Amino acid sequence: MFLETMLLTFKVALITTIVLFFIGIPIAFWLSATKSRLKPIIETIVSMPLVLPPSVIGFYLLIFLGPNSAIGSFVENWFDIRLVLSFEGILIGSILFSFPFMVHPIQSGLQSLPKSLIEASYTLGKSKLQTLTYVQLPNIKNSLLTGIVLTFAHTVGEFGVVLMVGGNIPGETRLASIAIYDEVEALNYNLANQYALTLFTISFSILLLVFIINRKFSGILR
Amino acid sequence: MINIDITKSFKNADFHFKAILKDNSLNALFGKSGAGKTTLLRLLSGLETPQNGKILVDNKIWFDFEKKINLPPQKRDIGFVFQDYALFPNMTVMENLKFAQSKIDTNFLKELIDIVELGEVQNKYPEQLSGGQKQRVALARAVAKKPKLLLLDEAFSALDNSMRIQLQNDIKHIHQNLNLTTLMISHDIAEVYKLASNVLLIENGKIIKNGNPNILFENSQISGKFKFSAKIIKIEKADTIFIVTLLIQNNLTKVVATLEEIKSMHVGDDVLVASKAFNPIIIN
Repeated sequence: MFLETMLLTFKVALITTIVLFFIGIPIAFWLSATKSRLKPIIETIVSMPLVLPPSVIGFYLLIFLGPNSAIGSFVENWFDIRLVLSFEGILIGSILFSFPFMVHPIQSGLQSLPKSLIEASYTLGKSKLQTLTYVQLPNIKNSLLTGIVLTFAHTVGEFGVVLMVGGNIPGETRLASIAIYDEVEALNYNLANQYALTLFTISFSILLLVFIINRKFSGILR
Repeated sequence: MINIDITKSFKNADFHFKAILKDNSLNALFGKSGAGKTTLLRLLSGLETPQNGKILVDNKIWFDFEKKINLPPQKRDIGFVFQDYALFPNMTVMENLKFAQSKIDTNFLKELIDIVELGEVQNKYPEQLSGGQKQRVALARAVAKKPKLLLLDEAFSALDNSMRIQLQNDIKHIHQNLNLTTLMISHDIAEVYKLASNVLLIENGKIIKNGNPNILFENSQISGKFKFSAKIIKIEKADTIFIVTLLIQNNLTKVVATLEEIKSMHVGDDVLVASKAFNPIIIN
C-alpha cells in the first residue's frame, strides 16, 4: 500500500513535469518576447494557481470536467476516459496547478539573456526556432532545471486540487500527501510518519541537488 | 551598391538617413553619441523597422514602405558586430563561427581563424577569452557567411590601443580579402583615416556629409601641403612657448604652440596638423 501510493505520487509528478516542460517552454518564450496587449492577461492566468486556494481550482475542475459537463461527457463518450475521480483527472489538475512553477523560471531566464544574443543569431540567418533551440535554451540551463525541479516537487506536495478532483481512491488517485492526512485521521501515526518522512527526505535531497548544481553552473555559463 | 533613404521617429528624436554606399567600400560612420549611428545600423540590419522610405541593395529591395516589403534580418545577408560582442556562451570559438554558416566551409573557416589569429583559442569558450579576442571572434563570426554588408557597431570602444591597432588591421585585412561593403561606427579620426575610403558624417539624426575622409576637416581654413589628423597627448610649457605632443597614426610628434593657440586645445582633442611653406626632405 505504501509503495503503491509513493509510486503513484511520483508517476503523477513525472508525467506532469514532462508535459509542462513542453507546454511551458513555448508559453514562456512567447511571454518573454511578445509586445502584445494580451500579455498581462496571459501572465495573470498563468500565475493564478499561485494565489488561488487549490480547492477553488479543484471545484471548477469538478464542475467543468465532470460527467455532466460538456467537456466531461464528450471525453467520456468518445475516448471512454473519465476526467474526474480518476488518474487522468488528477493529472489535469496537477498540470494546471503547477503551471507557474514551470513557466516563471523559464520566462525570467529567457528575459535575463542579453537581447544582442538573439539579435546576433537572427543576423546570422537563424530562425526564431533555431535561435531558441541552439542559443536561448542552452544558455538558461539553470532556469530549465529550476523549472523542472520546482514543478516536480510542487506536484509531489499538491494536496487540495488532487483531493477535490481525484477523491481518495487507493492506487488510482490517492497520492502521498493525501495518504498522510488519511492516516492521521485514522490515528495511524506511524504510517503517516513514514509518508511524511519520505516526502521530507526526497524534497530536501532534490532541492539540495539543485542548489549545488546551480552553483556550479553559475560559475561557468554553458 | 546600397541605396538608403529611410526615416524613423522616436519619442525625442527624428532620424532621416539618405546615403549611397558603393560596392566593396569601407565606410566610416562618424558623429557624436546620440546622433543616430547605432540606429542607422539597426535599421539597415532589419532589427529596427523604418517608418518610411526604401533600402535597395543591388536593386534588391530590403525595405520599401510603399510596397510593404520588409525583409527580416535573417534574409538581409548582413554581418553585424555588436558592441557587447554577443558571442554565444554555450559554444566554443569554432562553434560560434560554424553557427554562422548554413553550409560549413572548412577552408574559409581556417582562413578566417588565421586572419584574426585565433588558432590557439578556437576550442575555448567566450568567457575564457580576453576582450580583444572576443572582439575578433565577433568580427570573424560576422563575416563567416560572407555577407553582402558588414556592419560594425562601435567595435573598438572597449579596447586598449594595441588591441585597437590589431583589430583595425584585421578589419582592413578582411575587407581586402573578402571585398565586403562595410559600414563601421568610429569615434576616432585617426582610425577613419587609416581604414575608411568614405565617411558618413552624422549629426542630429541626419547624414550631413558623405565623402572622402577629408570632409571631416572641410570647415578648416587651412590649405596645407601636409595635413595629418592627430590626437593631443600632452601639452607642456617650455619657457615662453608650449610644446604639444601629438599622436599621428602610431608616431609621436612634438609641435610648438603659442599661449593663444593653447587656449583652445585640450589633451585628447582630435586636431589637424598642417604645414605650408616647408620643404620636406625624404630620406630613404
